[in-house]
Amino acid sequence: MSFLQQKQEATAELLDGVSVPAGAAWITSIRDTAMARVVDNGLPVRRDEYWKYTRPETLTAQDVVPAAPFDHGEAPMFDEIDRLKVVFVDGIFDADQSDALEGEGFSIECLSDIVNTDIHWAKDLYGQLEANGQNPVERPLAALNTALAEDGIIIRVTGKVSRPVNFIYKHEDDTSDAILHHVIKVEEGASFTLLENGPAAARFNKVLEVDVADNAEFHHVRAQGRDHERRAATHIFGRLGKESTFKSFTLTVNGVLTRNDCVLELTGDDAIAHVAGACVGDGDFHHDDTVFVTHDAVACESRQVFKKVLRNGATGVFQGKILVKPDAQKTDGYQISQSLLLDDDSQFLAKPELEIYADDVACSHGSTSGAIDEEGLFYLRARGVPKDIATDLMTLAFLAEAVEEIENGELADCILTRLEGWLERRRG
Amino acid sequence: MLEIKGLKVKLEDEDKQILKGVDLKVEAGKVHAIMGPNGSGKSTLSYVLSGRDGYEVTEGEATLGGEDLLELEAEERAALGLFLAFQYPVEIPGVGNMTFLRTAVNAQRKARGQEEMSAADFLKEIRAKAKTLKIDADMLKRPVNVGFSGGEKKRNEILQMAMLEPKMCILDETDSGLDVDAMKLVSDGVNALRDAGRGFLVITHYQRLLDHIKPDVVHIMANGRIVKTGGPELALEVEKNGYADILAEIA
Repeated sequence: MSFLQQKQEATAELLDGVSVPAGAAWITSIRDTAMARVVDNGLPVRRDEYWKYTRPETLTAQDVVPAAPFDHGEAPMFDEIDRLKVVFVDGIFDADQSDALEGEGFSIECLSDIVNTDIHWAKDLYGQLEANGQNPVERPLAALNTALAEDGIIIRVTGKVSRPVNFIYKHEDDTSDAILHHVIKVEEGASFTLLENGPAAARFNKVLEVDVADNAEFHHVRAQGRDHERRAATHIFGRLGKESTFKSFTLTVNGVLTRNDCVLELTGDDAIAHVAGACVGDGDFHHDDTVFVTHDAVACESRQVFKKVLRNGATGVFQGKILVKPDAQKTDGYQISQSLLLDDDSQFLAKPELEIYADDVACSHGSTSGAIDEEGLFYLRARGVPKDIATDLMTLAFLAEAVEEIENGELADCILTRLEGWLERRRG
Repeated sequence: MLEIKGLKVKLEDEDKQILKGVDLKVEAGKVHAIMGPNGSGKSTLSYVLSGRDGYEVTEGEATLGGEDLLELEAEERAALGLFLAFQYPVEIPGVGNMTFLRTAVNAQRKARGQEEMSAADFLKEIRAKAKTLKIDADMLKRPVNVGFSGGEKKRNEILQMAMLEPKMCILDETDSGLDVDAMKLVSDGVNALRDAGRGFLVITHYQRLLDHIKPDVVHIMANGRIVKTGGPELALEVEKNGYADILAEIA
């Protein structure tokens, strides 16, 4: 039996009794097609090239590993920002805790509502970017999401929207298994900011599809919550038009298993795509950033900046690729992944990749792993800064380079202040 | 103030004795200079006193104001009032100069049981002190020493010294990498801090720095020991004849 056949068989077993939810004809067709992709390609196994460093079993199993909700007693992230709040509890939209779904310059609807309408603009986008993103590397968990998601938010942005929309994910049930699928279409010349925070569920599978049209802008800042036991597989699929901008930043603190896929395609000339991430992990923490940026237009710029601080045996993974297609001349591609290992037990596994078919490009990548700089530490201590504070100061400085990728200073401050607080509390 | 008795130090990782019995006493209000050829142990002395890892004290003692320095962590020595101006100030990317100094000032105050300095007071003081050292606002905002020229780094050391107001200042080859103007600026900064309650130990290769920072006592260090002690005239003698004569004299 071939490897694919084995996977298909195992997948059939895992999907035993699972069926796509009911809905209007257009969504049923999309869901059926997505399910066919899952069945044909098989759910991920350890032998898959992009699952070498992260065990997919607990993400694909029918049963959820229970995870106790965690009450950190802190003010919610982004609380100081004026924003439209959209709350999900264990993966289900909660209208009572959310603000009214309305705003200037955009329409906002629930997936659970639009799936029952006979026709909807989202039919040309929902699952479409996810489907495109399966090639050349399959992302079966995302296809599974398209097939099974019943909740999520569908946004169409037509104006320059300054007030962010904030998806807030609350986790209350020990065995919740959340699947959310969001679609955001930013029309020509429009701009939009999405904030996301919270742990969502014991297990979370999320897809965010973002279509950024010509001259449009999309900004995304998320914090994945401090719960430790949670498991999450999240996917961002972005398509960028001419002279458009896409910037996404993710902060992850704790979590036994987090896999963040980000698949971006630059399809219009002079587009800009930045993806950044900062994570802090301790103990049985496993965090995987898998990024795939495809340059398919002239003079586009892409940046990947990922920083991980790991201690007590934590594991960080980075798989980042820049693919430059033959006609994508004048591409400016940059990728850096760095880890700060605070002890010998922690590990960072990095697989940076460049695949370039155009001849007039500037692409660079780098990856480093290292301990805290002893010289710097001594310098701080010689000035009277105690060792633990000095270590935190240098840790924060290390992460700050990724946080600086957030364009909005107020949002960057939210993240930095929170990081500072967490480090300080750890010190006791 | 600072008292060192029979200090013997070896490298932690190899069996190499660097200090072979150093005796030195710096009184409050005095400036002592240590001169000596390369490899004589001058910088090692400054590192051992400030608490850097990698050295093992095999014999002897060092006290500041009667307190045993060698038992303390680097930050505790700093809080006690010891300051080392580094020969090579370290670049710390990502940590803002201002944040760094404020953290240091307040950590020392906290360790001494004093109240922390408010952000406003701190800002006022650092601006005034930076101005006399010709350190502009941009340098204060930049990450610690990153992208600073040699002269800027040394001025930044003196600014830290001025803000932390230590009792005992050790200057490790502060003149290295400085042009004439920068040396004057740095020396003026040091001289402004001279007072009856503060001791200085100035480590240098050259007499030139001592034209600006006038020492009360000059020691010559060679092969891990202080081999000769005298007045400022000893520095002039070194400048004129080199170390060879002095070393020959004691051999």
